[in-house]
Amino acid sequence: MLKLPVYLDYNATTPCDQRVVEAMLPYFSETFGNASSRNHSFGWAAEAAVDLAREQVAALIGADPKEIIFTSGATEADNLAMKGVFEMYADKGNHIITTEIEHKAVLDTCKHLEKLGADITYLKVNSDGFPDLKELESAITAKTILVSIMYANNEIGVINPIREISAIAKKHGVLMMSDISQAAGKVPVDVNHDGIDLAAFSAHKLYGPKGVGALYVRRKSPRVKVTAQLDGGGHERGMRSGTLNVPGIVAFGKACEICQQEMETEGKRLAVLRDKLENALLQLEETSVNGSRTNRLPHATNISFRYVEGEALMMGFNKNLALSSGSACTSASPEPSYVLKGLGLSDDMAHSSIRFALGRFTTEEEIDYAIQTVIDTVNKLREISPLWEMFKEGADMGSIEWSRL
Amino acid sequence: MLMAYAERVLDYYNNPRNAGTLDKSSLQVGTGLIHVPEYIEVVRMQIEVSPKRHVIMDARFKTFGCGAAIAATSITTEWLKGKTIEEAARLDHMDIVEALSLPPAKIHCTILIEDAVKAAINDYRFKNGMEALSEEETEEEEEELEFGN
Repeated sequence: MLKLPVYLDYNATTPCDQRVVEAMLPYFSETFGNASSRNHSFGWAAEAAVDLAREQVAALIGADPKEIIFTSGATEADNLAMKGVFEMYADKGNHIITTEIEHKAVLDTCKHLEKLGADITYLKVNSDGFPDLKELESAITAKTILVSIMYANNEIGVINPIREISAIAKKHGVLMMSDISQAAGKVPVDVNHDGIDLAAFSAHKLYGPKGVGALYVRRKSPRVKVTAQLDGGGHERGMRSGTLNVPGIVAFGKACEICQQEMETEGKRLAVLRDKLENALLQLEETSVNGSRTNRLPHATNISFRYVEGEALMMGFNKNLALSSGSACTSASPEPSYVLKGLGLSDDMAHSSIRFALGRFTTEEEIDYAIQTVIDTVNKLREISPLWEMFKEGADMGSIEWSRL
Repeated sequence: MLMAYAERVLDYYNNPRNAGTLDKSSLQVGTGLIHVPEYIEVVRMQIEVSPKRHVIMDARFKTFGCGAAIAATSITTEWLKGKTIEEAARLDHMDIVEALSLPPAKIHCTILIEDAVKAAINDYRFKNGMEALSEEETEEEEEELEFGN
């Protein structure tokens, strides 16, 4: 039976898989040791558990366990990677290249680094959501130390051509960093094949708990170093001090292991459901998918329903559908999603968008419910939308005659 | 971000009263269509006025915007009915804010609605050979206006 509300916001976070919860539970009260306690069995047990998790996490992205630095999440990992590289490679240069549609954890870190003297290039993206690789290459200077481009975008789900991007970075001797939060565990990510030197991700996006993540830091060709941003006991090879979150790390490891085993089957199943949802919704007039439809995550889509506003749509779902909108009509000057604006969408199209992200526990019944609810709500809101009425009457939407006071 | 709205907003959003269209070519109908470039909302307010006493017989709206904007326009149409255009011109948008307990971030929607009401009245007045509303005529009521009764 259908259980409401239906959760279709898996890009925001995922529920902890029950198998993950079971794996982590003993590490709260039974095996509670500090992984740094070298003198007794409590510490050894905790350390062994962390070692196994480190292997599981590394295996998911084709890394060596020694290359995994556990953090509190992807935001911390992004901060550590960028600030750490900026400090460590200050002698080489101060220039970092990224894109306009990165996650805020990267963009706001860039803003912070700019205040410290960094020179940041924010590459524009095309309507598919991809940066121009020629532009990327020509942006590289002798001062460039890092290219930071996400693997898959959180709002539109498009997957960047990471191998081509990293090849350009490598050709010029520049480090390649990628926030892989949305891609890890969903599509195959291999730091060696993909040419990634630093990668940030978190457990809660792949059916693990919140509050734990990792930074992958390449150890060979090249050997990458980042300056620690937290000072203390010198944990994680001196790059991230702080007592290890053993239950969280164990859970992260288990979650990665499950993803590695089930990713392929799960991706195929979700792509079928996503396509069903997308195709049904595209039957509505004046409805379009934002970003590339060919190179993207199997479980996500972002759709604009022209002439209705995203927040009103979500209110119409009557708390029965959990989704995200590109609209944020709440502040004094409402700015819609910068990602959608980056793709070149007009304000009203960005405000009319909804992000659908399916996941491990999404059922076909839920998708059928979502299709019906979204269609009904869009139709209902268009019925009371003056813009829709004008559009249907064939008005030239570019030259509407507004009332003057 | 979807805020926790007052029940009344949800009620007017779920069951919008007086959504629809009046014949804008009729001499008795005034139409106000307002859009402020900084905001995405578009509000269309229409009033049907009895020619003798200038009483608003019917009011219809269509709104493109968030749920609060839709609810606020709808509740305003109810308030308009039965008012003379002189009374309607004294609408204060803050009364709509209070009637629906809207959060501060939603006040801008109600300014649009107030403007749409005044534009509809002016449209009716122009059509019937009257001058546009003067500032004096749109001076807001000191007393709070009663909504949704």
